[in-house]
Amino acid sequence: MAYLFNHRHFYEGLKEGKLLGLVCKSCGKYTVPAKICCAECGSTEIEAVQLSGKGKIKTYTVIRVAPEGFTPPYILAMVELEEGPWLMGNVEGCGTELSDAELIEKNVILGHKVHPPAVYSAGEVVSIAFFLE
Amino acid sequence: MRRVAVVGIGMTKIGISDKSQIEMFSEAAMEAINNSAIGPKDIQALFMGNYLGDFEEGQMNMAPMCASELGMTYDVPSVRVEGACASGSVGIREAYIWVASGFCDIVLAGGTERASAMGTSLATRTFAMGSDSRYESFCGATFPGVFAMIARLYSAKYGIPMEKLKEKMAMVAVKNHKNGVKNPLAQFQKEITVDTVLNSFMVADPLQLFDCCPFSDGAAAIVLASEEVAKRLTDKPVYIMGVGQGSAGPLYRQRDITRIRAREAAAAQAYKMAGLSPEDIDVCELHDCFTIAEILAYEGLGFFDFGKGIQALENGETEITGRIAVNPSGGLKAKGHPIGATGAAQAYEIVKQLRGECGGRQVQGAKFGMTDTLGGDLATSVNIIYGV
Ligand SMILES: [Zn+2]
Repeated sequence: MAYLFNHRHFYEGLKEGKLLGLVCKSCGKYTVPAKICCAECGSTEIEAVQLSGKGKIKTYTVIRVAPEGFTPPYILAMVELEEGPWLMGNVEGCGTELSDAELIEKNVILGHKVHPPAVYSAGEVVSIAFFLE
Repeated sequence: MRRVAVVGIGMTKIGISDKSQIEMFSEAAMEAINNSAIGPKDIQALFMGNYLGDFEEGQMNMAPMCASELGMTYDVPSVRVEGACASGSVGIREAYIWVASGFCDIVLAGGTERASAMGTSLATRTFAMGSDSRYESFCGATFPGVFAMIARLYSAKYGIPMEKLKEKMAMVAVKNHKNGVKNPLAQFQKEITVDTVLNSFMVADPLQLFDCCPFSDGAAAIVLASEEVAKRLTDKPVYIMGVGQGSAGPLYRQRDITRIRAREAAAAQAYKMAGLSPEDIDVCELHDCFTIAEILAYEGLGFFDFGKGIQALENGETEITGRIAVNPSGGLKAKGHPIGATGAAQAYEIVKQLRGECGGRQVQGAKFGMTDTLGGDLATSVNIIYGV
């Protein structure tokens, strides 16, 4: 069976400011990014949905030793979306000199970053970013 | 399923090596073979853990080359297994199943890695290839970054001020360095203090350099045999009592990453199969890739309650002389973390402990020992219980 949304659809959605995912007809829960089935119950009775892109930071770090191709420092966070799922992304538009736990439970809204094709990237990648509300 | 025993072990010095991955593996494996009182031609299969050999040396398909290097025969299937940092333990579990099932009588397992050949920047990039490349890697996620996020979530979830948590995390590094001093094969054989950790440079807030295990080169190997064969080969076989392996998806699917569900599942399998519970374990080599990771493992393996792991450090309960000795080898932190070999290096220590061959770091009277190996973003988790 084919994906309703694969990663390329997800990337195109991000570029248009849309957070695309699934909602399950069996359990009613959301899956984002999309999978081949519901992330909660495994059902394939799923339909496409656009999520709000709003959530709260649950945890974060400032990366100071970066992989090849990335320039530190930058903020990496895990965000709980209004609809339930979590996403990892960079927090943009704020400095990296933060007091301890400063960003915990802060409200954020979805953004994105475009990475041109590079070695070991299998083409253009659009990554998830967040801005403080 | 029949009983399976360890009949031989071998390990190189962990650290920086100018030997190739095949050469390091061959040294560890030949030591294990000689330790077993068998010859290379007695081995019926090879499962070799390796994570990044291709990036490190431009070398793929190493398993058959290792079989050939060791003088094994043409009819021996040899397989590279890859489960990121858990690769070596995945290989041992596979070897166990092949012998337990009766398909083979004698199987060689282990792993090899030469991370230092890459340099920090490429190593950090390739290690992070264990993350989801579609949705996480391109945020610049790193392994220290992931465990830094875990530490901050742990602090928030259990209401432990970060200053206090950092001090307890530093005690993990101090303990494991203290143990490493007594291990001649450890990468670091030097004691450190809490201040050494807290004064080192920040890698990913709140994790500092001495909260992190090093990049390492090394190899380790283990020979498994059926009980019947083992009794012919050795007076003191160490038996594999239970094995478990669990799997989980990318971090965004795992959500509350202070609970490593794949580990909890793997440990439950291993305890059930062994007919043992956490209180029965005398010595454990667990996956302290970062100081916070050791605290999570105390809890996930059932040694201490969730949120109470730091009390174990306060009370010295995981010292070599404590209630349960954790990482007497020095752990990944001081012994080193030769990725694909790490699970086999843990097995090496547990088998030596159960045989009573550990000298100054011996856990007195150890009867049951456990290994705990974590791969990728908490995605592959393997637990193996050994006993005499
Ligand atoms: Zn569902």
